[in-house]
Amino acid sequence: MNEYTLPILFGVIIGTVVRILMLRTDYRQYPTYLHGKVIHVSLGFIAASLGSVAIPAIMELEFTAVTFLTVAATQFREVRNMERNTLTEVDGFELVPRGKTYIEGIAISFESRNYLVIFTSFIGTLVFIVFNIYLAILATVVCFMISKVLMSGKTMKDIVEIDHHDLHFEGAGLYVDNIYIMNIGLPERQEEILKYGMGFVLTPKNMNVITTIANLGQRQAVLHDVSVTLGVFRDSGTPALTPLIKRDLDDGRIGIFILPQIREVTKAKKVIGAVPVLENAIRMPSESGFTNKRGQY
Amino acid sequence: MKIEKAILAVITTNKANIDGGAPIFICENRQQAEEISANLEAITDGIAHELSDELFIIVKH
Repeated sequence: MNEYTLPILFGVIIGTVVRILMLRTDYRQYPTYLHGKVIHVSLGFIAASLGSVAIPAIMELEFTAVTFLTVAATQFREVRNMERNTLTEVDGFELVPRGKTYIEGIAISFESRNYLVIFTSFIGTLVFIVFNIYLAILATVVCFMISKVLMSGKTMKDIVEIDHHDLHFEGAGLYVDNIYIMNIGLPERQEEILKYGMGFVLTPKNMNVITTIANLGQRQAVLHDVSVTLGVFRDSGTPALTPLIKRDLDDGRIGIFILPQIREVTKAKKVIGAVPVLENAIRMPSESGFTNKRGQY
Repeated sequence: MKIEKAILAVITTNKANIDGGAPIFICENRQQAEEISANLEAITDGIAHELSDELFIIVKH
């Protein structure tokens, strides 16, 4: 035992705890199993260790030791690759796939959470060594709050109005409101779709949102989340029963056609509203300076 | 270039307008055309689309 043992131990423990707190099975439905969680808790432990030994290293004037943080960066980029590969591999077997944009978003968040752990352990150990354990605990709580803020993003209900519309056919064409979805030839399929399907229209609240919700990855994420949460009326070999989202070219509204097992309008609206706005789908034409949020200038 | 969609079969009740390469199924009436389309849809994992009253196609998406 030396003067750094307790601070390092403290840093490692709080870092790992923070990682566990961030590792909740949520709307992403991932990771769902113990094995997946073990991997991430272990990596969180490594991240916490790296974060906590940095301060003692600097205090001992071993400045070169800080370069091992670059090793950490490489290591956690590898985490992102690992997540991306795994999720892409299994995505082909989902009834309604997540889509590449969603997967990329999940992979990025897994990488960045490890950096948040390093950051928390770093601050925790620093405050412990410089002041005392009570302030260190306080600092950890503050770090955790900051992490929470950094991790949370917007959801669909912040950027669009969600309205329920009945599905209808014009000839063989399936429509939600006035948005064309697809051509269904067989009358029995049409009946099934009218019986089991639901239609929603998302109206963008401003100019920026039009481009964001037009993103195919964002649209696929909506379909995936709705299908996972409310169930989906389809099987392999029934491609006609595929939930789809199409766009009204005229004003950028989005028509959603879903086949949920739980057919409750209010619930479905809530689920659609809770779909995260994917980082990779966000576009901000108004920031270019040529237009404002209403698309004028 | 990868071709993602393909017409797997054509089902029609109008013998006069037939030509081309895809497998063509000639039917007596609309009811028979619908039945054959339903079966082909299930067998080929495609979707039956209606182009006109007398013409269905099965498309692999």
